[in-house]
Amino acid sequence: MSLEKLQAVAERLHADLKEAVHEVVLAFGELTVTVDRERIVEVMAKLRAEPYRFHQLIDVCGVDYPKRARRFDVVYHLLSLTQNIRLRIKVQTDEVVPVPSIRSVYPNADWYEREAFDMYGMLFSNHPDLRRLLTDYGFEGHPLRKDFPMTGHVEVRYDEEQKRVVYEPVKLTQEYRRFDFLSPWEGAQYVLPGDEKAKV
Amino acid sequence: MADGMTPVPVEKGDDDRKFTINFGPQHPAAHGVLRLVLDLDGEMVERVDPHIGLLHRGTEKLMESRTYLQNVPYFDRLDYVAPMNQEHAFVLAIEKLLGLEVPKRAQLIRVLFSEIGRILSHILNTTTQAMDVGALTPPIWGFEQREKLMVFYERACGARLHANYFRPGGVHQDLPLELIEDIALWCKEYLPALDDIESLITENRIFKQRNVDIGLVTKEQAFDWGFTGVMIRGSGVKWDLRKSQPYECYAELEFDIPLGKNGDCWDRYLCRVEEMRESVKIMQQCIDKLKVTPGPVLSTDHKVTPPRRAEMKNSMEALIHHFKLYTEGFKTPEGEVYACVEAPKGEFGVYLVSDGTNKPYRCKIRAPGFAHLQAMDWMNRGHLLADVSAILGSIDIVFGEVDR
Repeated sequence: MSLEKLQAVAERLHADLKEAVHEVVLAFGELTVTVDRERIVEVMAKLRAEPYRFHQLIDVCGVDYPKRARRFDVVYHLLSLTQNIRLRIKVQTDEVVPVPSIRSVYPNADWYEREAFDMYGMLFSNHPDLRRLLTDYGFEGHPLRKDFPMTGHVEVRYDEEQKRVVYEPVKLTQEYRRFDFLSPWEGAQYVLPGDEKAKV
Repeated sequence: MADGMTPVPVEKGDDDRKFTINFGPQHPAAHGVLRLVLDLDGEMVERVDPHIGLLHRGTEKLMESRTYLQNVPYFDRLDYVAPMNQEHAFVLAIEKLLGLEVPKRAQLIRVLFSEIGRILSHILNTTTQAMDVGALTPPIWGFEQREKLMVFYERACGARLHANYFRPGGVHQDLPLELIEDIALWCKEYLPALDDIESLITENRIFKQRNVDIGLVTKEQAFDWGFTGVMIRGSGVKWDLRKSQPYECYAELEFDIPLGKNGDCWDRYLCRVEEMRESVKIMQQCIDKLKVTPGPVLSTDHKVTPPRRAEMKNSMEALIHHFKLYTEGFKTPEGEVYACVEAPKGEFGVYLVSDGTNKPYRCKIRAPGFAHLQAMDWMNRGHLLADVSAILGSIDIVFGEVDR
């Protein structure tokens, strides 16, 4: 039932937006539409109005694919209460190219975009207040990027002499143990230990 | 303290009524570590700037380097007043990726404990909302009931708080019959106890003075700001994921959705109280069904779920499954899914991106409290300083999930 609705939405979006729609994927019973970054505000405004009626913006988040030319995805989740369906909109960007803020269409995009900026460092143009949200005051870097270490760069402790909290570089007594579970029988993409000795 | 923590200096102007204060980070009515920067004109709130993230633990980052099974306990630590509801969203997302069927008995147990979670959360919220406006007895009466529910948690999974009970494919272990009977007994005893608690709060003159017509939310505002759960139902929008997008066996259960009329703090309080009664109804139906539904509580696909301990003593295959599962874990097919549940506070969603390995490539946690807290600014404008804590109490936030 909802699959048919989603297909109808996909077809209508194609007809309405034409070349602004880059890709439409229907998988796991969910519809994902990749659209043109420059036209995201227009797309969102259309989706919010009749006949789509996606009244609610549920979530905005980033995803990082460092190997891609445009490394970031900005993913928007929309919900239509009247049609009872969900829709996922995606745009691609990188560290320098800003994504137009959709705060004018969905006011609650405010914090979501701030969070995405904080976590990934992607920029949102026309956002009135693009400050960090979740990380510490004076934090450097964008923690959810794949090239940011899980341990972070600094740690804090209370210094008894200075009578305040001080920041120091992270000291690890032991390296984080990252086990490789990718089975060599399932196509590991590297030289297996010992194989380098074998003559090719 | 870091640089941003110094209070904003007051500008000496001709108008000495205007000033800026810090509400929190340590404030009993802030429900955790929240810092609100309030711009006041006399006692009137002109602007609220919530500074969150003081409890930010980087859950999403941590999850990217752990297997799916290792990640389940992180969800207990989000909204820690209703831990299992969060786990539920995560295991639903994994099951959607894997296309895994959950046995009937496991579905019933999950629903039963989700509703216990809902009551846990609502007891805490309704009674502390009363405490925020000055009443001290309700939370103490409420906590007596919460304590009993925590014991049920402990008897089911061994931990009072951090359950780690819902697993991909079902729940970790079956419930003993005595536990089911004790929960049934509690359901009977709770309804009069709830009436007692309600008699302290609902029609109380001070409570009504502090909550009626405070923090009004219209339907349009609820849509604009992405409200879900009680926040949208309090404004009269009939939207509950258990009814509209039923998951597990909610479609087979009978319950009503209480709606508010005016969308003020008092309506939201009433919705929560009524929801607790509905939850008890759901629990009773689950208990009746559990008594006549025997069967496994975990999927028998041992590529994803562990084999029974006894099997491992005799079967080499079971032993291998067990070893592989608890070292490598299972792999999910490539793709992305969004799964959500009606958590006590609203729509709790998990957006999972899988790259085909045994760890999530990206897991975004959509916490209802985050969406609701950002509405603090416009909800408080024009209200008095004392209303800030009433409004904050009624939007029901827990910092574990807001900050993640």
